[in-house]
Amino acid sequence: MEELANLFHGFAVALQPFNIMVMILGIVLGVIIGVLPGLGGANGVAILLPLTFSMPPTSAIIMLSCIYWGALFGGAITSILFNIPGEPWSVATTFDGYPMAQQGKAGEALTAAFTSSFVGALFAVVMITLVAPLVASFALKFGPAEKFAVYFLAFCSFVGLSKEPPFKTIAAMMIGFALAAVGLDSITGQLRLTFGITELLNGFDFLIAVIGLFGIGEILLTMEEGLSFRGGNAQINLRVVLQTWKEMPAYWLTSLRSCLIGCWMGITPAGATPASFMSYGIAKRVSKRGKNFGNGEIEGVVAPETAAHAAGTAALLPMLSLGVPGSPTAAVLLGGLLIWGLQPGPMLFVEQKEFVWGLIASMYLGNLAGLLVVLTCVPIFAAILRIPFSIIAPLILVLCAIGAYSVHSSTFDVVLMLVFGVLGYLFKKCGYPLAPLVLAIVLGDKAEEAFRQSLLGSQGSLAVFFSNGLVSTIMVLGLIALFWSAIQEGYGRLRTSAV
Amino acid sequence: MSNTGGSAGPSHKAVEVGVTLAIALFGIVVIFGSVKAGINWGAEGPRAGFFPFYVGLFIVAASAMNFRNTLREDDGGVFAAWSELRQVMSVVVPTAIYVGALPFTGLYLASMIFIAWFMRWLGKYGWLTVAAVAIGMPVVTYLIFERWFMVPLPKGPVEEWLGL
Repeated sequence: MEELANLFHGFAVALQPFNIMVMILGIVLGVIIGVLPGLGGANGVAILLPLTFSMPPTSAIIMLSCIYWGALFGGAITSILFNIPGEPWSVATTFDGYPMAQQGKAGEALTAAFTSSFVGALFAVVMITLVAPLVASFALKFGPAEKFAVYFLAFCSFVGLSKEPPFKTIAAMMIGFALAAVGLDSITGQLRLTFGITELLNGFDFLIAVIGLFGIGEILLTMEEGLSFRGGNAQINLRVVLQTWKEMPAYWLTSLRSCLIGCWMGITPAGATPASFMSYGIAKRVSKRGKNFGNGEIEGVVAPETAAHAAGTAALLPMLSLGVPGSPTAAVLLGGLLIWGLQPGPMLFVEQKEFVWGLIASMYLGNLAGLLVVLTCVPIFAAILRIPFSIIAPLILVLCAIGAYSVHSSTFDVVLMLVFGVLGYLFKKCGYPLAPLVLAIVLGDKAEEAFRQSLLGSQGSLAVFFSNGLVSTIMVLGLIALFWSAIQEGYGRLRTSAV
Repeated sequence: MSNTGGSAGPSHKAVEVGVTLAIALFGIVVIFGSVKAGINWGAEGPRAGFFPFYVGLFIVAASAMNFRNTLREDDGGVFAAWSELRQVMSVVVPTAIYVGALPFTGLYLASMIFIAWFMRWLGKYGWLTVAAVAIGMPVVTYLIFERWFMVPLPKGPVEEWLGL
């Protein structure tokens, strides 16, 4: 019951006029970011983070999280109308969304996508409302060993669940940890890995890495492909919306399944992209009309969109309650917390009630506002896509430079951003995943601190990570996640040899 | 692969081997730096290089595995055609000049020239369109960032002369 009172208090915070204003602003900016190639959720939020420096933290997080919801909505627009996924998680939406648009059913496809996104997000927010306080109060009892075990589990899930080769994931992740270690060591106060370069004293800021890896890297990829946009017109009117809404309840089972897949993949740091693919794949296998998937089946739009949005939202659960972000965008939001002077982790629920519940309430309102905005303004957003890339690209590059500069008012960071950009391009083409790299830069210091404090307590014995039931369980789960693909392969071999 | 068949370019395998070796080298640098910072136990527990030392070891080990896997793979075709790489470089090189010029010219002047160059060179727009976007964007940026949200951006001699 206390949670319900807190939530109502949160609604009171989120409904303040200024907060509603930043909410709408965030949604609109987010949709634009989602529509534009080269600007995604993570780097869009990172670039706009400096705008929030002078805001109260609650308004700041509301604006940034709304940019995130907007980007999730926006990705669907380009997928359906232009067959160009504005975001990686909307790739699966193109499979059936674009054929629908070609058949003149763009309005239905867009309505189905937006509504599914909303349903997925709502499901995840309700879950966060109910589960996050419990997880947080549980996590308050964690010592350094348990904390490290949680980080261990998060990073192992990356290796086991990502579709990239495991050793590439490990290499990318460890590069992130190494970059995080550069500069002042927080425990001994000693400098390390700076090699006498004064610019490296403060280490690498992950926001610069995000802007470079995702923003600049994406633009370079788009340049290589020589993108040109061709697509139909977007027509949504009330009749189409109501007609589609009448059809949607028939897919409640697909919807529920996608919500669950999305929440699960969002909490474990697998993220929205694999969630959308998995949900699409399962829907295709299970559905009666599965054979027709790929030819413009509305269920093929519902499944990936619901899962992607549920995963994107659920990624905030571990970020809020444990301080472990479930996605790169959640990591950027976590970086925002640090900049606004808040300590992410379970203590937030005790010390910053207004902030946490204001954010959760804004998730309900923001997604509702997002649904209304995209349903009414689709043609405007689609028009943005018709602006040629040779105008958009330099503007985005300048925006990235501004974002990178304003994090620390340092021009050296802008140079770093470009280096990260080229790195992002090469990594992406060679199949190195970027998300674990970014998360390792964010969490590197904290993971290392937890690791060293645990070892201090145990006089250097690794047995501390298996010293009680709780920590052993988390560590074993981590190890299972780490070797998940090997386990699956072994199990598959056993089955085939048994037959 | 997005490249069209038959167009020449560096092979995917060669680029991937290069990236793997570069990552391994980075790992060696990390190990070297960690050893310098001290990897054993000091008076207050593990010393500064303790954790990054193992991170470096992991980087080198993972790179070794990646190297082996890359060599085993069949030839994966070209990494990107030369024409595509030229496209990429036509963004990287001017952006590098832009980034290098920022500390001296300030953000606004550099951005104007950069946007104008990009639109004129790659987009072949008329001067009027070019001027509108190249001047409009920095002005809007100034209003949003410096006026409304009070985020200071780098300025050069021109801004000083204008008294902004």
